[in-house]
Amino acid sequence: MRQTVTCTVNGKTLTLDVDVRASLLEMLRAEGLTGTKQGCGVGECGACTVLVDDMPVDSCLYLSVWADGRAVRTVEGELRPDGGLSPVQQAYVDAGAVQCGFCTPGLIMSSTAFVERHAGKRVSREDIRRGHAGNLCRCTGYGAIVDAVERCLKTKPE
Amino acid sequence: MFDIRKYRQAATAAEAVRLLVEDPAARCLAGGTDVLVRLRELHPGYDNLVDIHNVAELKPIVLLPDGTLRIGAGATFTDIMESPVVRECAPLLVEAAASVAGPQIRNVGTIGGNLCNGAVSADTAAPVLALNARLRLLGPGGERCLPAAEFHTGPGKVALHPGEVLLSVDIPKDDRQGWGGQYVKYAMREAMDIATIGCAAAVRLRDGRMEDVRLAFAVAAPTPVRCPAAEAAARGRSPDEAAFLAVRKAVVEDVKPRTSWRATAEFRLHIIRTLAGRVLAEAARRAEGARA
Repeated sequence: MRQTVTCTVNGKTLTLDVDVRASLLEMLRAEGLTGTKQGCGVGECGACTVLVDDMPVDSCLYLSVWADGRAVRTVEGELRPDGGLSPVQQAYVDAGAVQCGFCTPGLIMSSTAFVERHAGKRVSREDIRRGHAGNLCRCTGYGAIVDAVERCLKTKPE
Repeated sequence: MFDIRKYRQAATAAEAVRLLVEDPAARCLAGGTDVLVRLRELHPGYDNLVDIHNVAELKPIVLLPDGTLRIGAGATFTDIMESPVVRECAPLLVEAAASVAGPQIRNVGTIGGNLCNGAVSADTAAPVLALNARLRLLGPGGERCLPAAEFHTGPGKVALHPGEVLLSVDIPKDDRQGWGGQYVKYAMREAMDIATIGCAAAVRLRDGRMEDVRLAFAVAAPTPVRCPAAEAAARGRSPDEAAFLAVRKAVVEDVKPRTSWRATAEFRLHIIRTLAGRVLAEAARRAEGARA
């Protein structure tokens, strides 16, 4: 059971022959994009969060064939062309929002979508927490993560 | 890799029906946020799938010329939350959608899947009952419409005939216009949790009295339920503390909560009685501002 999937991943068009049983997470990791992690595998933890058409989804519960015709973004794609960090990634560094790091790629993608959606709007810390409710950090570094997002929303977009 | 044994993609609802008729053991896959979890956990009966994820005709949310609000079964929780027409016509459904899991799940999970998997804890089930919605189904014999109250038939069981697919959740104009409503989910956490109790109420006032009253619960009985005794206790009364006290007393007749690891039956009953009064009161308050 194989199917051809044509999608863009981090801006690059890919045509792949995928097993219909594969999740988007498995497809991405097989392509060498191992920044995206599998945590729980059942949509509870958000470690595998990627953006599909700019919307965060749990890639562990998303069939690879569903990516056909869509634009997928992973943490690798957030690096600037010069190799620098994205504003969200830089805000995580500045706020010290990374501990063990396993949840970070998924959180970066949730934060990226959140910041893109809320640019220029008034956002409370509670809004940020709600917007990140689908990502668990088992080091429980949530305070610094909310700080990073808040900081990012306060600085002007590039 | 998911342990999928047989997989077919449907491009239209009619094709999904045809594939389901050809293979009665097959199951629909919509958003996947329940089915793929079941499959991952190797529950039997989930490895033969008809994929309706990309069926475009199931997605739209529209207001029909006769004033019916039609929500496609494939509309995601996020689609519902962000739809101006649902926000305007059925705000309690927006509250229900917003209470589901977290953003990633809401971006993919659908109202159709939420109802069709038959979960007694489905967050959209109680609002759909309180809105007196009609479920439009397509089967091998054509279309039929089922009142929401007849859809859930037992734990995990719904009234879909073999080969049937849910097309849309329809809320006629008279069931939404002039009503005030609210959905409250009681759970241990404010996100990523299953309802311990879900409560939806809808009220329409006339001359300051509750002329029409609908109260519905999730997780309060083996299926999501309407509450005829509590509704009768409120009907015709002004929305005051005495009326809500009568509702809190009467609702005991309408429900049959059970003990699970989440909560005891006694605790659930306490939450049911508390929410029955509180949610109905808020629905009545909102009804005052509703345009007839």
